[in-house]
Amino acid sequence: MAKVIMRGNQALAEAALRAGCRFFCGYPITPQSEIMEYLAARMPEVGGHFVQSESEVAAGSMLLGAATTGFRVMTGSSGTGFTLKQDAISWMASYDLPGVFVNVCRYGSGLGQSTKAGQDAYLQATKGGGQGCYRPLVYGPGSCQEMVDLMALTFEKAEQYRTPVILLSDGALGQMMEPVELPEYQEPDGDKPWALKGKGKGKGRRLISPQRTDPLYEQHLREKCAHIAATEQRWEAVQTEDAEVILVAYGISGRVCKEAVRVARAKGLKLGLIRPISLWPFPTKPFEQVVETAKGFLVVEMSALGQMTEDVALSVKCQKPVYLYPSGPTPPKGNVILQMVEDILQGKLKEVF
Amino acid sequence: MVVCKTPRLLIEPSLATGICPGCGYGIIKRLLAEVLEELVIDEEAIGVYGIGCTGYVTRHFDIDWLWAQHGRAPASATAIKRLQPEKIVITVQGDGDLCAIGCSEVIHAAVRNEKITVFFLNNGIYGMTGGQMAPTTLPDQITTTSPQGKSPELAGMPMKMTEMISVLPVAYVARGAIYNPAEIRKTKGYMKQALEAQVNNEGFSLVEILSPCPTNWHMTPVKAMERIKNKVVPYYPLGEMVTKGGES
Repeated sequence: MAKVIMRGNQALAEAALRAGCRFFCGYPITPQSEIMEYLAARMPEVGGHFVQSESEVAAGSMLLGAATTGFRVMTGSSGTGFTLKQDAISWMASYDLPGVFVNVCRYGSGLGQSTKAGQDAYLQATKGGGQGCYRPLVYGPGSCQEMVDLMALTFEKAEQYRTPVILLSDGALGQMMEPVELPEYQEPDGDKPWALKGKGKGKGRRLISPQRTDPLYEQHLREKCAHIAATEQRWEAVQTEDAEVILVAYGISGRVCKEAVRVARAKGLKLGLIRPISLWPFPTKPFEQVVETAKGFLVVEMSALGQMTEDVALSVKCQKPVYLYPSGPTPPKGNVILQMVEDILQGKLKEVF
Repeated sequence: MVVCKTPRLLIEPSLATGICPGCGYGIIKRLLAEVLEELVIDEEAIGVYGIGCTGYVTRHFDIDWLWAQHGRAPASATAIKRLQPEKIVITVQGDGDLCAIGCSEVIHAAVRNEKITVFFLNNGIYGMTGGQMAPTTLPDQITTTSPQGKSPELAGMPMKMTEMISVLPVAYVARGAIYNPAEIRKTKGYMKQALEAQVNNEGFSLVEILSPCPTNWHMTPVKAMERIKNKVVPYYPLGEMVTKGGES
């Protein structure tokens, strides 16, 4: 199929539709609103359903209900709105219900800054922002095309593991326009073993969390999460084999870092990049290969305090120093990255782990 | 001659219901089973129930059920009905669930005129958590969080959610009680009409049912029924508030 120019949010929405998603609910919030505006127009064209919910909380509960029908279903939000959806994510995890939550991250705590992209929803997404123990898979795309490509995968993994899955985009990726190649349409299919369809000629069924009925629930959850952690890691490694310093960055920061690696290599600096694509499970495998050869790791992300640094430190088992470039509400700058790399090599930068 | 027959939807009648002695939920559970059977819609029915004692209404009740987040049943039911319009989607919610934490969800489901049926069980108190004050608690009523009696000055007058919804152009709204056989029969009629409104695709329907909670009202079952008639009904009058008479 020929490439088309699309805004990130719209490309994501169209890709969801083509992955067979037939229900979207949401509440207006910048910088996510284009997803719901796009699907408000497109869903009826394919026989799907769009509901503008009265609140972020209600959108989460609508998604929970929608997920019980067996169809592929999605909601989207950002910042404070995504926080209000944590209860529904926890409930869906407790019910083993699949569904997709998109977070087009905006910067900051509280109200944050609606027009600034951010990467400070990492901990909320990857560690579980709701009550209890659960681990949604989390994907962090780095381009509009990757957003499109991950969309179908996101629905597949949600169904395979019967879990909510989070697609962690950000305001910059959501608003930028890039050429994308869209996939073919998948046929929606609500005929799933977990779906409530009315009892028909059979016996009534109650959707209830297996943690209330399965005496081995905790063991099953541990096994499921261990399996996902072992088999579902995704990443891109750029020139890491001989790198002295390795940048670690996902999403929009990963793009800046990729260019920084190119510029550094032209200058003779041995710089590499590990770009996590799955954020949970965090890709530990690429670190195993380079922990002996690299001198240090520099986490680059749009946050105030650094949210991915612990995962990197744990991945290298604290054997090598981990440094941080928290660029706040502005995208990281290539020249700052290069200066920090030189400082690391000269022993002038203080590590965070 | 059959004088008493257990509805076929109420399975395992020998097992514990969880319902306290004298609670109205047993009567309401039976009425719900009867109307679903009489309208022959139980095979397509999907029930969404709230947090609190309403869960006991669904116990050993042979239809498909989803246990919703506290107060959110109308939002979850909205999505279920939109994606599966051929199903009969109901919610069963208490007054804390529906009037307090779920106030927004039920109002907006009504505003959108979702084709669902809400059964609103009002006993004026948080039963499951041990008898705390609800938005429906009457003035001067003593609860664990209004130990001197509910003060209208501090907590307001009891919420009239059913009246509030009745100003919207929905399909059917009524309030019934179950303190004597005549009211039980009337309430059953309201429940049936509310479900018929959904079967006929008319829009949103809601039936509030005033129900006693002798345990947390600290009364005998008989006194609790008398209290509904003498104290609750004067504030919460019974009857149909919205009917469309079959027009869609």
